[in-house]
Amino acid sequence: MTINDIWDVFVLGMVLGSLYAVIAIGYTLVYGVLQLLNFAHSEVFMAGGFGGLIVLTLVEPVAAPSGVQSVGYVLLGMAGGAALGGTVAYFLEKVAYRPLRRRRAPRLVFLITAIGASFFLYNLAGKIFGRNAVPMPSAYENKRVLTVFGTSLNITQLLILGSAVVMLLGVDYVVNRTKLGSGIRAVAQDPEVASLMGVDIDKVVSRTFVLGGLMGGVAGFLFGTNVQVFPTMGFLPGVTAFAAAVLGGIGNVRGAMLGGLLLGVVEAFTVDLVGDEWRYVGAFAVLVLVLMFRPTGILGERVARAA
Amino acid sequence: MKATTVSRGKGGGPDMSAAARLRATRWYQQPRWRRLAALLGTALLGAQVTGREGSSSDIFLALKENTTGTGMWIWLGGALLVWVLREFVSEQLAAGWAGVREGARAGASGPLGRGRELWRSLPWVRVAALTALAVFLVLLPLLVTRHWQQVLVDQIGIYVLLVIGLNVVVGWAGMLDLGFIAFFAIGAYSAAYWTGSLPVEPPVVLNNFLVIPVAVVTCLVAGVLLGAPTLRLRGDYLAIVTLGFHEMVYLAARNWRDTTGGTSGASVDRFEIDLGFWSYRWGLDPVPYYWLLLVVIALLIFLFLRLEHSRVGRAWTAIREDEVAAAATGVDTVRFKLLAFAIGASTSGVAGVIYASKLGFINSELFVLLFSILVLSYVIFGGMGSIPGVLLGAAILIWLPEAMRDQVPAQDRFMYLGALLVVMMIYRPQGLLPSRRRRRELEMAEEGAGGADSLGTSEGRRV
Repeated sequence: MTINDIWDVFVLGMVLGSLYAVIAIGYTLVYGVLQLLNFAHSEVFMAGGFGGLIVLTLVEPVAAPSGVQSVGYVLLGMAGGAALGGTVAYFLEKVAYRPLRRRRAPRLVFLITAIGASFFLYNLAGKIFGRNAVPMPSAYENKRVLTVFGTSLNITQLLILGSAVVMLLGVDYVVNRTKLGSGIRAVAQDPEVASLMGVDIDKVVSRTFVLGGLMGGVAGFLFGTNVQVFPTMGFLPGVTAFAAAVLGGIGNVRGAMLGGLLLGVVEAFTVDLVGDEWRYVGAFAVLVLVLMFRPTGILGERVARAA
Repeated sequence: MKATTVSRGKGGGPDMSAAARLRATRWYQQPRWRRLAALLGTALLGAQVTGREGSSSDIFLALKENTTGTGMWIWLGGALLVWVLREFVSEQLAAGWAGVREGARAGASGPLGRGRELWRSLPWVRVAALTALAVFLVLLPLLVTRHWQQVLVDQIGIYVLLVIGLNVVVGWAGMLDLGFIAFFAIGAYSAAYWTGSLPVEPPVVLNNFLVIPVAVVTCLVAGVLLGAPTLRLRGDYLAIVTLGFHEMVYLAARNWRDTTGGTSGASVDRFEIDLGFWSYRWGLDPVPYYWLLLVVIALLIFLFLRLEHSRVGRAWTAIREDEVAAAATGVDTVRFKLLAFAIGASTSGVAGVIYASKLGFINSELFVLLFSILVLSYVIFGGMGSIPGVLLGAAILIWLPEAMRDQVPAQDRFMYLGALLVVMMIYRPQGLLPSRRRRRELEMAEEGAGGADSLGTSEGRRV
């Protein structure tokens, strides 16, 4: 394996990893405010894929889109993904989790609900949209456009990297600089005191879900463009992204970004060195190792303290 | 929950005070109309859930047909009806319901209550009832068709074994294990390996019955290796680690074709007893397996019931209800949680051995994640922590889809199970036939006193 190959694989890993980072933020934000592993977040991601697919199928891109048209289609697809992802996340919180929160249900009950919701959602998607993989209508001609140190990137890869960077900067800004962000950090630190200080906990929780859902939805669209859209597409990226969130320190937004990128690189090297069928084993192995040796993750836990 | 001020028109007139304007709600914010919206939304979803199957070549097909078909109208009509009943005649209904409840309470001292009285006071009633049940269970396979015999063994029998095991983990120790089928797979592959059925040769070829203790030990070791590092942490990590573990076991079974046979599988020898003077070989007929399973299940239930009321069982209860207090009074919480996890794992392993030896064939696709979720939903539905509950849960949830196979498409089953989990957690987390202790714990947890799981230090923070 020459230096050039290593660089190739590394760049591929960064592309994958930036997607994982975006999904991982959804897990980490919800964990921060609710202390809940939202297993159903992978289905929010899947919904984003279908959202993009629905919009792009409706507008029917012209045969060989170029320039402005392509940009328009991509933005439409992202909007579709974000809209459906956000909607699913919103209703998930409202229908499944809020009644439990009202009752102060034990965490086991939350976890089981999350599993049930995830199971319901992906089977429902299979029922409505069919169970086979569907390619995303192409919004642009996917050619190689940019060469970095001998590795050429195609438009999809650039798109994923670019939009991931924008979203990650965006969420960092929201969490650290806006009113919603200080609400999220306050609830993460101590919900009771936060509510005494006038933070509307229901609203903050709901918006946290939606924020994670919007990003998960866009990630779903990007994943669908890169691979395909299918009802079970959320599961493995979801578990990997969860592992990324734990690796970075669950509840820590910047940690999730770092963890996502690391796991993407690990996955790319696993595929390259061991074989494609072992793709996701690397992430699980990393997860188990992290939990054994540094359960608080690389950057430590907590939205409130470390974001 | 009634809106204090209801503005008519556009958000209140100028004659309203500032406070009144703040309090004012738009007409659509009234609970009544919000409930209507919620019901109509449910109806829309319901029409999709029960509607026709979609197609990947035209993703809008199902959406279009299900929103224009008769199903949609039935759902919308139903939702409207419920809303009207709820909003306009609910008082009469409530009065009627109170009457029914009153009657039920009166009935508790009637025939049902008297039955319970008898059960408690007279030991011979208990013995007679249990004997009758045992005789019924022994004779059951002779009363049904071949198809149902297969269902009884391949599904109900095996899954009952699995739910008894998972009940120890989820119901008694209060942890979530999503990789339960991984241990089932380890048991099944142990059976295949030690009987010399896999492409790799074992050091000695064992009889299937002798594989059972070997599988138990293998699963115990695997469970301890997996649980020991994880259980020291916050308990909800166990869920995700077991999920990852399952995926690894599955991928190994699938990808190591030279060792496990992968997706094309390997054939496994069936059970055989050879005592020299008498020998018996289990064949294709499911009934002998049923009796074998019945013996194993009865044995395990007996053991686990003893365990539940032993020192170990009490330790689990203590951990569930208040982990910090349990640790402070000298309960080694990690050790007892690990014990529960390992017991569950080895039960799953036993089920795996029996399953492989019954089918006479295994491949990696018999051990997909789906089945872990199925087992979990049986435990939850029946009532975690209660052995009669989980048995009933498994029996009903396997029997029902099998009986409705011609009415409801097979793939939809999982969708309904997912919805069932969510609905149960919202309305009846204690399950169909709850253990009294578990139900009280769930109620207590909701009042903010004590816990009902052992998912670790909650730090007193609940949102």
